[in-house]
Amino acid sequence: MPGDARPLGYGETRGNGELRGHAPAEGTIAMIEARGLTKRYGDKVAVSDLTFGIAEGAVTGFLGPNGAGKTTTMRMILGLDSPDSGTVTIGGKRYADLAYPMREVGALIDAKAVHGGRSAYNHLLCMAQTNGIGRKRVDQVLELVGLTEVAKKRSKGFSLGMGQRLGIAGTLLGDPRVLMFDEPVNGLDPEGILWIRNLMKALAAEGRTVFVSSHIMSEMEHTADHLIVIGRGKLLASCTMAEFIASASGQSVRVRTPQFDQLGKAIVAAGGTVTNGAVIGELSIQGLDAQRVGDIAYDGGVRLHELTVVGASLETAFMELTGDSVEYHAAVPGAPVASFTGGN
Amino acid sequence: MAVTTAPAPAGLPAVSGRAGIGGVLRSEFTKIRSVRSTYWTLVALVVTGIGIGALVTGLVGAHWNTMSASNQATFDPTSTSLAGIGFLGQLIIVVLGAMVITSEYSTGMIRTSLIVMPRRPVVYAAKALVFTGVAFVVSLVTCFVVFFLGQALLSGTHHAASLSTPFALRAIVGVAVYVTLCGLLGFTLGSILRQTAGAITAVIGVLFVLPIIVHFLPTSVENGMQRWLPSSAGSAISTTVGSQGAHLFGGWGEIFVLCAYVIVLLGIGSFMFKTRDA
Repeated sequence: MPGDARPLGYGETRGNGELRGHAPAEGTIAMIEARGLTKRYGDKVAVSDLTFGIAEGAVTGFLGPNGAGKTTTMRMILGLDSPDSGTVTIGGKRYADLAYPMREVGALIDAKAVHGGRSAYNHLLCMAQTNGIGRKRVDQVLELVGLTEVAKKRSKGFSLGMGQRLGIAGTLLGDPRVLMFDEPVNGLDPEGILWIRNLMKALAAEGRTVFVSSHIMSEMEHTADHLIVIGRGKLLASCTMAEFIASASGQSVRVRTPQFDQLGKAIVAAGGTVTNGAVIGELSIQGLDAQRVGDIAYDGGVRLHELTVVGASLETAFMELTGDSVEYHAAVPGAPVASFTGGN
Repeated sequence: MAVTTAPAPAGLPAVSGRAGIGGVLRSEFTKIRSVRSTYWTLVALVVTGIGIGALVTGLVGAHWNTMSASNQATFDPTSTSLAGIGFLGQLIIVVLGAMVITSEYSTGMIRTSLIVMPRRPVVYAAKALVFTGVAFVVSLVTCFVVFFLGQALLSGTHHAASLSTPFALRAIVGVAVYVTLCGLLGFTLGSILRQTAGAITAVIGVLFVLPIIVHFLPTSVENGMQRWLPSSAGSAISTTVGSQGAHLFGGWGEIFVLCAYVIVLLGIGSFMFKTRDA
């Protein structure tokens, strides 16, 4: 539904962006709002005219292939990089204007952004002190991420997973309502990935706004409510997860039958649309589900050799979406989801 | 998995206004006291300052009777005792001054620092202030210790100075100020160059190489330039006997010259710290 009138400037639908203008869902408030964000590094445009809103109290997945500009965008939200043009605000304010930044936003861009010679405790303490956060809270977040026992150890010797936990402990110090994680599961073992996933769910369940980037669609599948997809620095999609799934699976039914002409006419009569498949006798049907197509065939005495529900997997849809950043196709036929193949 | 945060976590006192320099000063002090490089450099500063001061005054004390009358007449017991902290100390403190900021870039900590406190001039000022405080206190204590130790070692010469000796106190405090300012040169150049080796090399160039280059210039040019060298403050402020240099502004005058350089560099460094992407 391009061109839908939505508040807060989500209605940008230039080009072919069918999935733009959908996030966040009606009635919710944008916690993070970017307008026309642009950042160049020399000749390279890292982020180009990015406009999006991140819903309050939801998990928003920030997707894009490596080098799409996710980190740069997050850095601009946090004021680490200044945009060449455009603005971004959190709760209506520039990040640098937040009274107590850590009490409003907890952000982890890079878990390696620590002085390895400093103990985990002192690392968190020096962060906490800037925002008037006490030592008790430092102990608390160490407990929360399970680093209490190594709190006095220098973080230099930490494993990747421990480093990630330390970084996340830092984001929780101020008990913030907004959390931002850049590729939090990158390089983690399955246990660490599970831990992060559960943590994000728990944070979201507490009503916090979570903005998390990834270059892997499946990472978002079970955690994100909203999606912002970028490629080569440009916005490709901004929608709810449900909308993305709906558009991605763009369900069609594939049939093979020797009586394709007869079936085609019956389908059209029933309100479906039919396109010829790759081989003679194969039809692709939209607008009707597999059960209905099967019934129509049975009623018409049409023998079916194949009846398959075809839908793009999210991963495929995501890759299709980002593979070519200039042209955007919402629904792509892809891997079969379920197949009932008749005798040949 | 039970990651739940209590509704009102302990250790999160209510706050008003906005996070300012007070918390950042505490944070920067935590940072400087929680890494080993701080202790190594400060121990090096104290040990070389006291060790070399004691060594030189001890040797003079032991060989006093073999010195010529003119050498004895121009002997400066105060500046001799402060030679170690003055000459080597200025180099060592530069390392600490530079590393206070460059280590944040080399480790990536700077990103964390600026996320938790995005008001960059506050971070820059807090870093400079905490370093200045630590460097000055340690230098001043070292200067006093080595002064008294040196004078004790010179007691046999009957030329030992005391705090009431003209210019002695000025030299003690002044050398501590000079060493601190040298450290700030390291800090500012570290913040501009963002790397330790570059910053240290640059300060060595300014403090040690520049005077040598100036020395090779025609005497009239050299005389005109000497007072503007940042390194002239060290010798000018520590001298208590005889001329403090005919072509210099005098002890505090030269300190002001060095101070002016540091202030200009702090301005440049602070501006670049605020405007550059981290």
